[in-house]
Amino acid sequence: MTEAFVAPPTTATRAAIIRADRMSLLGACQWLAQTRGSIALHESTYMYPIVESVHVLTLCLFVGMSVLFDLRLLGLVLPQVRASAISVRLMPWMKVGFAIMVISGALLFYAVPVRSFQNIFFRIKAIALVLAGLNAWIFQVGIRRRTAEWDLHPTPPPAARLAGMTSLALWAVIIVAGRMIAYSWFDCDKQPQSDFVNWATGCTVEEPID
Amino acid sequence: MLLAFFQWCESTALGTAIRMSPWAFAVIESVHLLGLAVIGGVVLLVDLRMLGFGLRDQRIAEIARAAFPWLVGSLIVMLLTGVGLFLSEPLKCYESRPFWLKMISLALAVLFTFTVRWKVTMADETRLRPIWFKLVALVSLTLWFGVGAGGRWIGFAG
Repeated sequence: MTEAFVAPPTTATRAAIIRADRMSLLGACQWLAQTRGSIALHESTYMYPIVESVHVLTLCLFVGMSVLFDLRLLGLVLPQVRASAISVRLMPWMKVGFAIMVISGALLFYAVPVRSFQNIFFRIKAIALVLAGLNAWIFQVGIRRRTAEWDLHPTPPPAARLAGMTSLALWAVIIVAGRMIAYSWFDCDKQPQSDFVNWATGCTVEEPID
Repeated sequence: MLLAFFQWCESTALGTAIRMSPWAFAVIESVHLLGLAVIGGVVLLVDLRMLGFGLRDQRIAEIARAAFPWLVGSLIVMLLTGVGLFLSEPLKCYESRPFWLKMISLALAVLFTFTVRWKVTMADETRLRPIWFKLVALVSLTLWFGVGAGGRWIGFAG
């Protein structure tokens, strides 16, 4: 037996460690990972695959409807129908789809918090999601206000078309990055990685002593 | 006979290349998912409309006609990338129940979509009773759900 004996932390010191770590996002993920629900979902035989299937298939509803509206903004689908009419009719379905995406996505993260948080594709997806939200917000407050001017145009003005194109590109990045989270190519425990990868994933690598 | 065909698929140069590459499967699968968003979107658009939801101000035929090129285009992308994914692991697929569920659903869905469903979407809405549109939409949604769920489950069950 060559294993060195390490005294387990007392409850008091463990609590102190957790409290200190909670200050960081990584610490929060580590805390989340040891909660009962997270462990249960992580280790479940059916729940995790079911939640993941729901997440993937709801893509059809949420991203599918968004894509159709983006294509209308580009004048590529139903150009004879008012853009605002399509928006109004599809919006409730997009909202339902979005809610399911957020809930199932949060559950997937909840099941595997630390690895997800330090996964480069998860981080790319998170950034792209923020950008997609920003793009939608700009469209809502800026371009859409003047919808009446171009509602019946088969091809809306450049700003609206740009918003549609940006949305399509960002959702493509989100889908691809989301799928890639499953791959562990750049995970913290797969060393050596380039300094850039370790910086981008927030991995701390201990230097070998000898 | 069928097994021999799957074994031959396993030995194809393309299948071997995808299997050997560390990233080819991931890339092809990503494109497969991008296609899913489009095909799922257009199938839902038309089926929801037949159920009385979504773009209710337009005629069913108008929506079905607008969706058609996107349906065919995304289906082609799905089939091409799907064949690539299949060729990388045909023997695993041969043993996989979800794979067969997906293939049977796919055959029925494609057949149904381009025959009965297309005919019904093009029908005069005033002459066909609403129940028929709803029935066709439900059959379509069920079949395509089988394709999607079966496909996702290939990855879970060995």
